[in-house]
Amino acid sequence: MSITYLEAIRSAQARALAEDPRVFIYGQDVGAFGGAFKATKGLAKEFPGRVLDAPISEDAMAGLAIGAAIEGLRPIIEMQFADFSTVAFNQIVNQAATLFWRTGVPCPITVRLPCGATSGSGPFHSQTMEAIYAHYPGLVVLTPATVEDAYSMLLEAVAIDDPVIFCEHKLLYYHLKAAALPTEALPVGKARIAREGRDLTVVAYSAMVHEALAAAEVLQGDGWEIEVVDLRSVKPLDTDTVMGSVARTGRLLCVGEAWPWGGVTAEVIARVTCEGYDLLDAPPQRLNAKDTPVPYHPDLWAAHRPTARSIVESARKVLQH
Amino acid sequence: MVQSLVEPTTSGDISVPQELYVKAYRIMLLARVLDDKFASLYRAGKIHGGVFLSRGQEALSVAIGVALREGDVFAPLIRDLAGRLAFNEPILDGVRNYFGSTLGPMRGRDGNVHRGRPREGQLAMISHLGAMISVVNGTLFARRMKNIAGTVGVATCGDGATSTGSFHEALNQAAVERLPLVLVVADNQYAYSTPTSRQFACRSLVDRAVGYGISGCEVDGTDLAECLRVVGDAVVRARAGAGPQLVVAHLLRLCGHGEHDDASYIDPQQKSSPLGGDCLKLAEEFLRQQCWAGADTLAQWRNEALHKVEDAVATVQREPTPDPFTEVWSALATAHLGEGNA
Ligand SMILES: Cc1ncc(C[n+]2csc(CCOP(=O)(O)OP(=O)(O)O)c2C)c(N)n1
Ligand SMILES: [Mg+2]
Repeated sequence: MSITYLEAIRSAQARALAEDPRVFIYGQDVGAFGGAFKATKGLAKEFPGRVLDAPISEDAMAGLAIGAAIEGLRPIIEMQFADFSTVAFNQIVNQAATLFWRTGVPCPITVRLPCGATSGSGPFHSQTMEAIYAHYPGLVVLTPATVEDAYSMLLEAVAIDDPVIFCEHKLLYYHLKAAALPTEALPVGKARIAREGRDLTVVAYSAMVHEALAAAEVLQGDGWEIEVVDLRSVKPLDTDTVMGSVARTGRLLCVGEAWPWGGVTAEVIARVTCEGYDLLDAPPQRLNAKDTPVPYHPDLWAAHRPTARSIVESARKVLQH
Repeated sequence: MVQSLVEPTTSGDISVPQELYVKAYRIMLLARVLDDKFASLYRAGKIHGGVFLSRGQEALSVAIGVALREGDVFAPLIRDLAGRLAFNEPILDGVRNYFGSTLGPMRGRDGNVHRGRPREGQLAMISHLGAMISVVNGTLFARRMKNIAGTVGVATCGDGATSTGSFHEALNQAAVERLPLVLVVADNQYAYSTPTSRQFACRSLVDRAVGYGISGCEVDGTDLAECLRVVGDAVVRARAGAGPQLVVAHLLRLCGHGEHDDASYIDPQQKSSPLGGDCLKLAEEFLRQQCWAGADTLAQWRNEALHKVEDAVATVQREPTPDPFTEVWSALATAHLGEGNA
C-alpha cells in the first residue's frame, strides 16, 4: 500500500469534512467530477451538499468563502490552477487578510492552489504564487513538499483561524508516494531538516526540496555533506531553524521555483545576512527560475526552473568560495 | 422561467403606514444631521482623512434598514448612513470611526465609512467596489448550510460599482445559488466625476436583471414612500424564497464624492430636474400634506436629532485614541503564527 501526494490531499479533505460539520468545499468542477486533478474525487457523493461546483468566478468564490467564514464555517476553496487565483487576488489580500485585523472576526478559509510548473503547461498553468501572498499581512502561506506534510498541513490549514494559502505542487501529485498517512507531524511554522550535513545549508520548499535532495546526493559523491532545510511554511518563516543550520554549516544556498525578484529566497537571505552575518563563511547565494513567464516546450521549461543539476552548480560555487 | 419584474414607479403612494414612514423619516433626519456634523468637523480640520456623505440617498438607504430584521445581513457602502442607523448601528459607531476612537468597532485601524460588526450582520465594507456582494452571498450560503431559514442579505452599490467584475461574478453566483440577496443599486448619475454615459450603455441598469435570470425593479430614490414600498417588497420576496432581487434607484448625489470635492462637474439641469429633489425635504412636505407632522413637530424632531449628534460627538471627543506602543501589531487571529516585526 502506498499513498500519493494527491491522495493525501484528498484524504485530508475527506477527514476534515467527516470530522467537522463546518467544513465545505467550493470550486470549479470539484463536485461530481471530482476536480480537474481529482483532489475531491468521490467527496461530493460521500458528503452530499458540502462539495459544490462554482461558476468560473474566482473573485466571487473567495468572497463567498469569506462570508461563510464570518458565519462560522470553514470553507476550502479550490482554485483550478494557482494562476487563476489572480482573479480572486483582491478578495484574498484585501478582504480575507484584513478581516480579523479590522473587525476582530477571524477568517478561517483555506485556499488550495495547485501550483508549480509541469512540462508542457506553459505560462498560465505553471505559476508559483507563494511570494506574492506571503507579502501580505494576515495570510498564512504553506508549501508542503512531502506526502505527509500535504496531509497534515492541509488538516492544520482548515483548523487555523486565519486565511491559509495552501500551495500544493502539481509535479508532486502523482509520483510522490509514502507508505502511509502520518499519525503525527511538525506544527505549521516549523521547518524540517530534510537531510543532515555540515558543509552547506540548502534551503528549499515545495518541489524544490526534492531537487535539492537529489543535488545533495550528487555532491556526496564528491565528499560534500549538504544539509537540506525544507521550509514547509513560507509564512510564517522558521528563521530559527534556518539560522541553526547555517550556524552549523557556515554556508547558505536558497532555492525557489518562483521568479527571482524578491520572494522567499531573497527573504531568507536577507534574514540570515542581517541577523546571522557572522555565521557565514561565504556570501550566500540564491537560485530561482528565470525572469520570464514559464515556457511551454519541455526543453525550455527544464532550463527555466532550478533543477538538481543547477543546484549542484550553484552549491559548488558557495562551497568553493 | 424566471422573469424580470420591471415595475414602473408611481410617486405619491400613500399606502405606506404612517408609523413606518415617520420612523424612517426620523432616521433619515438623524443621518442628515450627523452627516452635516461630519462635514463641519471636516472643514474644521478635526477629521483624519476624507468624509463621505449620504446626502440625497437617505430615503433609499433607510428603506433597506427598516425592511431588515435582527439576524439579517447588511453590507452598506459609502452612502448608507441612514440604512446603517436603521439597522441598529449605534450612532457612536460612526462618530468613533471618524475620530479613530479605540472604543469604536475598528479601533482606529480603519476609518470613516469602513466600519461594521460582521458577527451582528453589519458587514464592514472594504474600499474595493463590488467586493462586498459575494461576501453577503457567503453569509446567506452559510445560513442555508446551517439550516437557518428566513434571513435576507442586502448589499448596496452605486452605478459605478456595477461596472466591476466582482459585481457580475457575485450577482451571477447569487442567481445560480438562488440566494435571498437583495442588491440595491443607487444610480446617482455619477461615479466620482464620471457620468453614467461613460459607465454603461444599457437603457437602465435594471435591464441587467434579465441577463442574470433574477427579478429587477426600479424606484424613484427621492420618494421615501416609494422606496419603503419597493425595497420592502423586494426584501419580502427574497425572504419568501423568490431568489435574488435587483433594485435600481434613480436619484442624484447631492454632495461631492467626498467633502474634498466641490462637484462642479454636476450638470445644473440635473439638479433642477425631479432627479435632483432632496428626499428629506420631499419627505417633510409629504408629512405635512398627510398631516402626520406639523412645523412644531418637525422642529422638535430636528432638535432631538441635533442633541443626539452633539452628545455623541462630545462623548467621543473625550475618548482615547490608539496608542502605537500598546497596539498589537499582528494581523493574525492565530497569534503564535505571527512574524512579529522581524
Ligand atoms: C475597485 C475600485 N476602483 C476604484 C475605486 C475608487 N472609487 C471610490 S468610490 C468611486 C466612485 C463610485 O461610484 P459609484 O459606484 O457610482 O458610487 P457613488 O460614489 O456614486 O455612491 C471610485 C471610483 C474603488 N474604491 N474601488
Ligand atoms: Mg454613483
